[in-house]
Amino acid sequence: MITKRIIACLDVHAGRVVKGVQFIDIIDAGDPAALAARHAREGADEIVMLDITATHEGRQTLLDTVRRTARELFVPFAVGGGIRSAADAAQVFEAGADKVSVNSAALADPTLIDAIGRSFGAQAVVVAIDARRDPQAADPVRDAKVYVQGGRKPAGRRVVEWAREAEARGAGEILLTSMDTDGTRAGFDCELIAAVSEAVSIPVIASGGAGTVDHFIDVFGRGKADAALAASIFHFGVSSARALKEALARAGVSVRLPC
Amino acid sequence: MRVTVIDYKAGNLTSVLKALRHLGAEAEVTDGDLVPVENAERIVLPGVGHFQATERLDATGLTPTIRAAIARGVPFLGICVGMQWVYAGSSEASIQPGLGHFAESCTRFPDSTEKVPHVGWNSLEMRAGSRLLAGVEPGEFVYFTHSYRAPVTADAAAITHYIGPFSAAVERGNVMGVQFHPEKSGPTGLKILGNFLSWETEEGA
Repeated sequence: MITKRIIACLDVHAGRVVKGVQFIDIIDAGDPAALAARHAREGADEIVMLDITATHEGRQTLLDTVRRTARELFVPFAVGGGIRSAADAAQVFEAGADKVSVNSAALADPTLIDAIGRSFGAQAVVVAIDARRDPQAADPVRDAKVYVQGGRKPAGRRVVEWAREAEARGAGEILLTSMDTDGTRAGFDCELIAAVSEAVSIPVIASGGAGTVDHFIDVFGRGKADAALAASIFHFGVSSARALKEALARAGVSVRLPC
Repeated sequence: MRVTVIDYKAGNLTSVLKALRHLGAEAEVTDGDLVPVENAERIVLPGVGHFQATERLDATGLTPTIRAAIARGVPFLGICVGMQWVYAGSSEASIQPGLGHFAESCTRFPDSTEKVPHVGWNSLEMRAGSRLLAGVEPGEFVYFTHSYRAPVTADAAAITHYIGPFSAAVERGNVMGVQFHPEKSGPTGLKILGNFLSWETEEGA
């Protein structure tokens, strides 16, 4: 049976993990390669690394970090942040990523999705969408809007419509972050995630708002998510992705166990 | 252990090469040069994306060279689209023939309430007697990402269920294929690649 994925997310700045899942007993808690390996060993189904440096000088550091992280990683590995062209994506793939995540660059030029998909296959293109409900709209969920610049600036697109366009252009997955719930630890925006998941045939990765194991149960049920991003697993009162998945399994969610 | 990996510009080979090298293989890549295939000890044909990309195997003359290598008993492993290619073809690109080692064709998952593509970790239901999957326990998970799949036949080495059963792995003699990505399937995947690398042909090559 297909299982729900728990994806560990590492935010990286200048080659160091700045946010995300940390381990207190690791010698170098900020080393992306060590953390990614640890997550894979402890049951994460996939690793996402988001580079928040996004400067020109930072590109080479990112590629070195990806290369070092990918070396001993044998689960799917996605990399996002600062990928503006198919050539940028090619470098990240060459360094060892299996998927790239594109966000604002794809909004600025949607043909970027087609271009990466043509060269590397749809499975290699994740379109990340930062979303906010629109309280002014008749249907705040179905009319939720896409945002850029960390949720500050509206991109002038509806979330559901942009997700559909991304799919039509050859995206393999949608990484959907609710900017309303992100950082609140009050739960995922299950209605929004379900609205997008029902609108597309490709998998939807839910992100933003997880605070407890129950929130994951909820997003895989009511939220119809295919995967969920765990940005700071220790905050959920569990010690690893494996412990989270064991709790999910007890609640009847199909997960990869043993892992 | 020497292994020849065929690059036909269908996606990224980095992960496959990394996994093979991690297991101690000396992996060489060819993207059209026939000599490495003529002298190959083992052949891996990876590939993601569209079945149409396999036309490059015909255009470069690799198809008959691979066929001859297989006839010599060289162990061959197709991964994802590379597995689909060992069949007669795929409805994804029906004018593009596959190798035809297995007579059946690959088809798209039928419309259902489930999502297509099939992306994620799914479990293997083992068939007895597979050498490629030796040591893999029933129910172990591997990572899939695909929209087309091979039917279940007598040559299936493992079956996976998603909108019905399909062949997750196929094996007959020295020709093997896996629909999943062993290079991305953790310890289970490495075990499978290790079995392929330690495969000895009947001549002991």
